Amino acid sequence: MTARERIAGTVASYVDERTGAAAWMKKNLNKVFPDHWSFLLGEIALYSFIILLLSGTFLTFWFDPSQREVIYDGNYEPLSGLKMSAAYASTLHISFEVRGGLLMRQIHHWAALLFMVAIVVHLLRVYFTGAFRKPREFNWIIGVGLLTLGIVEGFLGYSLPDDLLSGTGIRIAEAIIQALPVVGSYISFFAFGGAFPGEAFIPRIFTVHVLLLPGIFLALITVHLMLVWYQKHTQYPGPGRTEKNVVGFPLLPVYMAKAGGFFFIVFGVTAFLSAVASINPIWLYGPYTPGQISAGSQPDWYMGWLDGLVRMAPPLETHAFGHTISWNILIPGLILPGIMFTGLALYPFIESWISGDKREHHILDRPRNVPNRTAIGAMALTFTIVGLLNGGNDIIATTFNLTINQMMWFSRIGILVLPPIAFVVTKRLCLSLQRADRDLVLHGRETGTLLRMPSGEFVEVHEPISAEKAWTLTQHEQPVPLELSDTDTRGLKRPGAIKNKLRNRMSRANAVAVPKVTAQDLKEIEHH
Amino acid sequence: MSHEIEAIKDPGVPAHVHRQADSDPKAEKKAERQVAILFGLSAVGTLLFIYSYIWLPEDVFIYLPVLGTTNAKQLFLGLGLALSLFFIGAGAIHWAKTLMPDEEVIAMRHEMRSEDSDRKDFVASAKEGAAAAGLGRRSLIKRSLGLSLGLVGLSPLLLLRDLGPLPGKDLETTSWKSGTRLVTDPGDRPIKPSDLEVGAVAQVLPALAPGEERTLNNIGKDAVLLIRLRPEEFQLDAEKLAMTHEGIIAFSKICSHMGCAVALYEQQTKHLLCPCHQSTFDVPRGAKVIFGPAARPLPQLAISVDQEGYLVAQRPFSEPVGPSYWERNSQ
Repeated sequence: MTARERIAGTVASYVDERTGAAAWMKKNLNKVFPDHWSFLLGEIALYSFIILLLSGTFLTFWFDPSQREVIYDGNYEPLSGLKMSAAYASTLHISFEVRGGLLMRQIHHWAALLFMVAIVVHLLRVYFTGAFRKPREFNWIIGVGLLTLGIVEGFLGYSLPDDLLSGTGIRIAEAIIQALPVVGSYISFFAFGGAFPGEAFIPRIFTVHVLLLPGIFLALITVHLMLVWYQKHTQYPGPGRTEKNVVGFPLLPVYMAKAGGFFFIVFGVTAFLSAVASINPIWLYGPYTPGQISAGSQPDWYMGWLDGLVRMAPPLETHAFGHTISWNILIPGLILPGIMFTGLALYPFIESWISGDKREHHILDRPRNVPNRTAIGAMALTFTIVGLLNGGNDIIATTFNLTINQMMWFSRIGILVLPPIAFVVTKRLCLSLQRADRDLVLHGRETGTLLRMPSGEFVEVHEPISAEKAWTLTQHEQPVPLELSDTDTRGLKRPGAIKNKLRNRMSRANAVAVPKVTAQDLKEIEHH
Repeated sequence: MSHEIEAIKDPGVPAHVHRQADSDPKAEKKAERQVAILFGLSAVGTLLFIYSYIWLPEDVFIYLPVLGTTNAKQLFLGLGLALSLFFIGAGAIHWAKTLMPDEEVIAMRHEMRSEDSDRKDFVASAKEGAAAAGLGRRSLIKRSLGLSLGLVGLSPLLLLRDLGPLPGKDLETTSWKSGTRLVTDPGDRPIKPSDLEVGAVAQVLPALAPGEERTLNNIGKDAVLLIRLRPEEFQLDAEKLAMTHEGIIAFSKICSHMGCAVALYEQQTKHLLCPCHQSTFDVPRGAKVIFGPAARPLPQLAISVDQEGYLVAQRPFSEPVGPSYWERNSQ
């Protein structure tokens, strides 16, 4: 035994005698993680969060979250002598006088953008592969919660510097609060400590941004990861992969080296982006004042689709009995996002109700094999993208020489027409891909070699695919439509006939599929 | 039904293929060197970072293609940090991929559900615990506990009451009063109709009484836009026309949709456009909404001139400015 081993042994024994950790560690150091690039998306979100904590802590050392009025006398000449809030002045100080301060601001902002991108793409991966199915519904809901909080946290974060652009964002948020029926103006006056903008809002959202929400994030992320750990990761279909096993690399050393290394890669890429691509140059916007605005006001991308929905809303208000209800704000700003996020959170339960499938699933779906789910996802994505495009309608219009009105009408019609089209096209596409899979398994790969038959006819030589590939393409279960009957075994009418009919119908739509190749099919074709 | 038909067989996990570095000591040495070089590059990045932090002057700007002119200190600090972090990661991953075991292992899964006996025991002990507390029997305790738990939630809610004052009439009022002079923003100079040519626009605020301070709260409600047209261009009813003065019309600058500053005036079409959500207001028709999500015209301020010939407000706004709210009487 070397000296080093002896010391390590003593330390380990000291800890184990007080915690009993060895038994747990023994089991978990060999924990198996499946490998796939799409499993890195959630990791990017996690690492961005750590980068946000580190860079954010650095920024708080200088940031002064106060709307107290000061006269600027810092290094940045163009704003010299201007009245502004201490929040804005201290952000300028971080940007121009603290060495590396601007870099850290950029890292913080880039990491926030990346955090949201990673969450959304991770969510899409989980959705389209069906990873949310039993037993992972809780983790899906936690994920939807993290997405929602991320949007709020990001908005509060870019509102803190109190520049002309972010102040305009707060103004819009205030208008949404104020539009709430009955309680709107009260909640707004409580939140802002009086009329807009007041001097209370930025100190308050600072506490929420740096303490309350990060705390909730930390708790939710911990539970999210513990569940992943405990339930073991899902895996893509392939040879040797079953619902009962998990095939991959052990935590120590491979997965730890890869995951740990990947953290540094994400941090490095964020730092690189921050070094070369400047975002949110608040010194160009000037301090916030409610009487001014800059053209082309844009929120960060994850708020863009909401802003786009607000922009395309028809000018509807109800004026009755001395009261006003602003549908033009409530529908795009609260009701539609509310429906979308609720639908997102409930989706696993809706799908399992329609399919009647209550079993555990650990093998991921290939999106083409679940045409209905994939089509619903494409529909929701199309809706959001039309919203996002309209959120940048002024920029798009000036870039492509269109008028704002053309853009707006495109979005107003597109938001209604394009999602259903996306649904139909995606569903057809999935079925076509299933058909292509079937052909591939039955007839093999096209080799590109042409053969001239004695009769003079030309045929292309097909090469059979490997047994592994044939398995991957046919391992999936094909859904069976529910057939709930109106009557029970004794011939009596069962309650909820309409509900059952609806469920049967949706289940039939859900079960549409091109029959997959069976072993018999293959045998028959061999005899050919 | 798929499970009744004979499916294609699972061939099992494919046999492991060895890498070059697993068998060839030369390839192994080479991979080791590559990892060391990657870690070394990270150290170079840290050196670049330290150099930039201490010695690079603040005021050097360099031109980069595509990206434009950038501050050299900020750029090299960032590049140094990026290199130092990225290559630690690259080294670790290259190490894992070339030198650490790459044989896939199989672990078994177990159903999440607990064993039936565990479940039964759990239900039994939960029932036992509940019975010991006797909550089911002691309804007086149950009800009083429910009541006090319900009430205790009120205290933290009540504590939030002092977050802000009640709105009162605040949203309905501005600083504009009868006879308040219109002064330029910025500059605080009173203006005469002759200062504005036809087609001109000006942002104005109410003149301050001596000793008064202007807060952002005031600007958020008081900001007004003056636009001068030829008087015959107006298409207004008599009442609204009487609120203009020599072709000068005054609107609240705070958008009736969500409160942004309606700052874009198109002289040719005489349209006012809000840059936030593109609500478009037609000036000759009293800022009638002709496009976008706004549902109401911008409130118009009645103006005239005082004895010295300076523009003044005839009277306060006759309706609340800014975005709608529940208590707003918009009829």
